[in-house]
Amino acid sequence: MAFAKGFLHGTSIVAFMALTIAPSARAGEVLAAVAANFTGAANEIAAAFTEATGHTVIHSFGPTGQIYAQITQEAPFEVFLAADQARPERAEAEGYAVPGTRFTYGVGRVVLWSADDTLIDGTGAVLGSGDFTHIAIANPQTAPYGAAAVETMQGLGVFASLGDKIVQGMTITQTHQFVATGNAQLGFVALSQVLDDESGSRWMVPQDLYAPIRQDAVLLERGAENEAARAYLAFLKGPEARMIIEKFGYDTED
Amino acid sequence: MTEAPLLDAAMVQTTVLTLKLAAVSTIVLLAVGTPLAWWLARARGLWKEVVASIVALPIVLPPTVLGFYLLIAMGPESPLTALLGRKLSFTFEGLVVGSVIYSLPFVVNPIRNAFEAMGERPMEVAATLRAAPLDAFFSVALPLAAPGLFTGAVLGFAHTVGEFGVILMIGGAIPGETKVLSVTVFDYVETLQWDKAHVLAGGMLAMSFLVILSMMLVERRLNGRRE
Repeated sequence: MAFAKGFLHGTSIVAFMALTIAPSARAGEVLAAVAANFTGAANEIAAAFTEATGHTVIHSFGPTGQIYAQITQEAPFEVFLAADQARPERAEAEGYAVPGTRFTYGVGRVVLWSADDTLIDGTGAVLGSGDFTHIAIANPQTAPYGAAAVETMQGLGVFASLGDKIVQGMTITQTHQFVATGNAQLGFVALSQVLDDESGSRWMVPQDLYAPIRQDAVLLERGAENEAARAYLAFLKGPEARMIIEKFGYDTED
Repeated sequence: MTEAPLLDAAMVQTTVLTLKLAAVSTIVLLAVGTPLAWWLARARGLWKEVVASIVALPIVLPPTVLGFYLLIAMGPESPLTALLGRKLSFTFEGLVVGSVIYSLPFVVNPIRNAFEAMGERPMEVAATLRAAPLDAFFSVALPLAAPGLFTGAVLGFAHTVGEFGVILMIGGAIPGETKVLSVTVFDYVETLQWDKAHVLAGGMLAMSFLVILSMMLVERRLNGRRE
């Protein structure tokens, strides 16, 4: 009896599984290389994507430049969510990406942030006073948020005077870490990193001080034949993903 | 596009800085590591194993873990910062502290082995000849442990040159202050300047090989002399 019951139970599980899988009989997997700054949003989008389509996303997070270098060395990535436009453009031009699949999935915003509640008075005045020993930015050569930080300081005419106080994080993630631990009293970070963080003080850098940080996604050649990869990019453009992207502090474009 | 020189100013600067960091760290490592190795070789009891384990930790810990703790330890709220009156993060001195901790086992272990291999006998003989303990240490123990000291110094130097994770976490990549070779190579790869990355990476590969080879040759000579 016990055996029969167990057997029946077993078959019902199999039947149930068959039913759940049925709508996505071709459930696939996407291997996505994603810029480190987009980690939080990407995880949430992936969960929504799996719920909607049955496909799953496997992420590889890293600095955009490093991801690009890996792509040129035949990394198995199928889609590429960069922190800039330059690398996806280049991937397209050099034949690593499928032409015509590139689009801007989010526009990043820069915040001057300090873990100290009083250092920043809601304006950029502190930059002029130079009343600190270290200011952190992301590597301007590799990270668009770093380039935007330099552009902002240049626009305000304080870049030269701050020169020897600038410390560089390899990524915007590391830059945030420098500021969050107080090792650098303040720094230029991504809005997405401090959106939920009420602590400290901040200045939302006006968008006319730096070129928009457009983050592009592109379908890589490795994913050209993968239906799940195309579905993922379509989902990334859709309203549900856009809501998540905006929730994480990025603007979206039409 | 103009032809770039094989080595530009930035590459020379990062190389000089790296060698300076490795040299200073090696001197501190020998100064700290030698008495520590001596104590580990002579002491008895449980304490010895506890201290030996702490010294060996950097071998198994990912550099990012060590770097993360160092970043916290060098932060504004830490007792260390209060004690020194200044932050160590993003400074050359901070990198020396990080390098010394990170490379300590590579220096202490060979020296400790050399002291242990020497046995109690030479120091006992020195004592019967009325040599003061400190005198005996410098004129008997250290010369006998010379191969271990040499191996430790070479490994400490080479390991510091090859350090990346810890420096990445506490350095801040300031040219001339904390931007060392390994970080520069990473930077060049990131920015697709692979020609420059090749020059530095190839140089480091050749240097590492020569360092290890010369160490093995010297060890062979020293061992041969003793047999």
